[in-house]
Amino acid sequence: MTAVLRRIGALTVDGIWWLGFISRFFAMVLIHSGQSFRRLPLTIREIYFSGVLSLLIIVVSGLFVGLVLGLQGYDILQRFGSSDALGIMVALSLLRELGPVVAALLFASRAGSAVTAEIGLMKATEQLQAMDMMAVNPIARVVAPRFWGGVISMPLLAAMFSAMGIFGGWLIGVVAIGVDNGAFWSQMQAAVDFRYDVVNGVIKSFVFGVAVSLIAVFEGFDCQPTAEGVSRAITRTVVGSALAILALDFVLTSFMFRGL
Amino acid sequence: MSRTTLDLWVGLFVALGFAALVFLATKAGSYSGLASGRAYTVEASFDNIGGLKAKAPVKSAGVLVGRVADIRFDVQSYRAVVKLDLDPRYQFPRDTIATILTAGLLGEQYVGLEPGGDSDVLKNGDRITMTQSAVVLEKLIGQFMFNKAAESPSQP
Amino acid sequence: MNSSVSSSSAALVRLEQVRFAYGEREVLRGIDLEIHRGQVVAIMGGSGSGKTTLLRLIGGQLRARSGRVEVAGQDLGGLPHSALYALRRRMGMLFQFGALFTDSNVFDNVAFPLREHTDLPETLIRDLVLMKLQAVGLRGAAALMPAELSGGMARRVALARAVALDPMLVLYDEPFAGLDPISLGIIGQLIRRLNDALGAASVMVTHDVHASLELVDYVYFVSAGGIVARGTPDEIRASTDPYVHQFVYAEADGPVPFHYPAAPIASLLDKVSA
Repeated sequence: MTAVLRRIGALTVDGIWWLGFISRFFAMVLIHSGQSFRRLPLTIREIYFSGVLSLLIIVVSGLFVGLVLGLQGYDILQRFGSSDALGIMVALSLLRELGPVVAALLFASRAGSAVTAEIGLMKATEQLQAMDMMAVNPIARVVAPRFWGGVISMPLLAAMFSAMGIFGGWLIGVVAIGVDNGAFWSQMQAAVDFRYDVVNGVIKSFVFGVAVSLIAVFEGFDCQPTAEGVSRAITRTVVGSALAILALDFVLTSFMFRGL
Repeated sequence: MSRTTLDLWVGLFVALGFAALVFLATKAGSYSGLASGRAYTVEASFDNIGGLKAKAPVKSAGVLVGRVADIRFDVQSYRAVVKLDLDPRYQFPRDTIATILTAGLLGEQYVGLEPGGDSDVLKNGDRITMTQSAVVLEKLIGQFMFNKAAESPSQP
Repeated sequence: MNSSVSSSSAALVRLEQVRFAYGEREVLRGIDLEIHRGQVVAIMGGSGSGKTTLLRLIGGQLRARSGRVEVAGQDLGGLPHSALYALRRRMGMLFQFGALFTDSNVFDNVAFPLREHTDLPETLIRDLVLMKLQAVGLRGAAALMPAELSGGMARRVALARAVALDPMLVLYDEPFAGLDPISLGIIGQLIRRLNDALGAASVMVTHDVHASLELVDYVYFVSAGGIVARGTPDEIRASTDPYVHQFVYAEADGPVPFHYPAAPIASLLDKVSA
């Protein structure tokens, strides 16, 4: 019993330690972010690696999620004789939840793990130390551009995911099943509010982008400089990002939709 | 600094992302002009708003003309004060009646505006004086039962 | 280059009574050493003797617990980060396996410090980089990626990068580790040649006795956190110190015991039979 308590205590202390460390790291990244914007090619390169290379998985997954939503939504809604509302269901579930959350989960496993691996390998092969010895701050030169590349890419990817999902729902609902095209779009437009649904979705994906990018660069920077350490760091990035995304999603949702 | 193919891809990526955002804003959402700032606000107080929520539609003759911006309880009059954001394209006479209606039997509640005949129109910050509260289903049923019960002894 | 320890105050690197510990484990116990311009100095010792820690203290990657670490007259102990970086622009460091940036080619690797720290036009950077690569004999490899280089070539590229800004002090972490005899000879020669050409000081941490005794001016022997012997290569070869003798002639047993400390084997046998 005491062993269990002791273990819980140790985990709690470790967790708080980790939280403090990552917060300090976050502050360091922000302080050293000037270069990421003064030397845009550095950040553009990372947008390429984080964003452009995630495009395919995001677009394809968005389409499939939309197709499934179309099928399931139609099946549920037609029981109530309101299959015309399919557009509302597809659009709202994508814009508010599935778009930001699923896109962020995919982003964490595609781009986040790649960033952790890259920074971890740079650490394991002493490239970060070498940079530091050349009087070039690795946080400013390596970490911050990757962080901002992720933060900029994430909302754009989530928007593309949602747009593809709505297209997928339209394909199933209107093209395959035969829901009225006009009703699909007009009901959607009447129900989806720009400020409450679209903007809140973008805010969510921005917050997820910050969380995933921070965890990815932190785990890479903090890993044990060995092959094993890097592989463990990648696992921690994916698991930590997923937990952070889902927890933050709950917090953000309860703030945003409190009035409803 | 020279252009690279990488810039091209990133440019394409950013353009696609913004295109998706514009699509979501215009095609999927109702980005009408009702964004706060352009709308004008009027107030109406009700005895009972039933299940009305912020953001609920405001309709006149079945057409969406605005949204409920805010609901609060006035401790002086013990009435509910509802703020309505109305689309500036639509003007309503000062003696317009605001009613809380229900879409279908159990659907969501919205505010219906029934224009009167006054030549002056409602302006930002004005108050709609004539209102009709929500029909509360439980009260209605209760009343119906009460009436039935009152009738029954005289039946036999 | 016949320099021996002179007591002149113009020492480029000077350590006085330096102590360092990782947590509770004390690694260095009062180190004194001096390195002058023009010298190539080797710090030798077995694995875990604290010699790499010593190099990191000189490079400012670690800070001493007590004592002074002075480079170019500045005490690294209380130096703010910006001043340390200013100092490091005049230092070069060759890491054990080169630590080349794996995502850029040889040319961009060598150009890195020039691009980061100078506003030179690209044409001038190109000339400088090719000059440095020429010096290490790899001008023809400018377009190769680090993954395409052999271990020896990678280290030569890293050496070109370390001296790109013409440093006053070059630090070498195990420059000979894992090299074939030919590459080893090339690296050794390059270290000597570059040091003399730059008029810089070089400090190398190594346990390769023969390769380093060929080219250095002075040797410090580190063992168990202290300096146990020092001298010119000839003095070291002739040393009667048992530790130095064991190290130089690679004997299995000596002051550094073959056995890891353990209970006497007899007591173990008793336990098994009991």
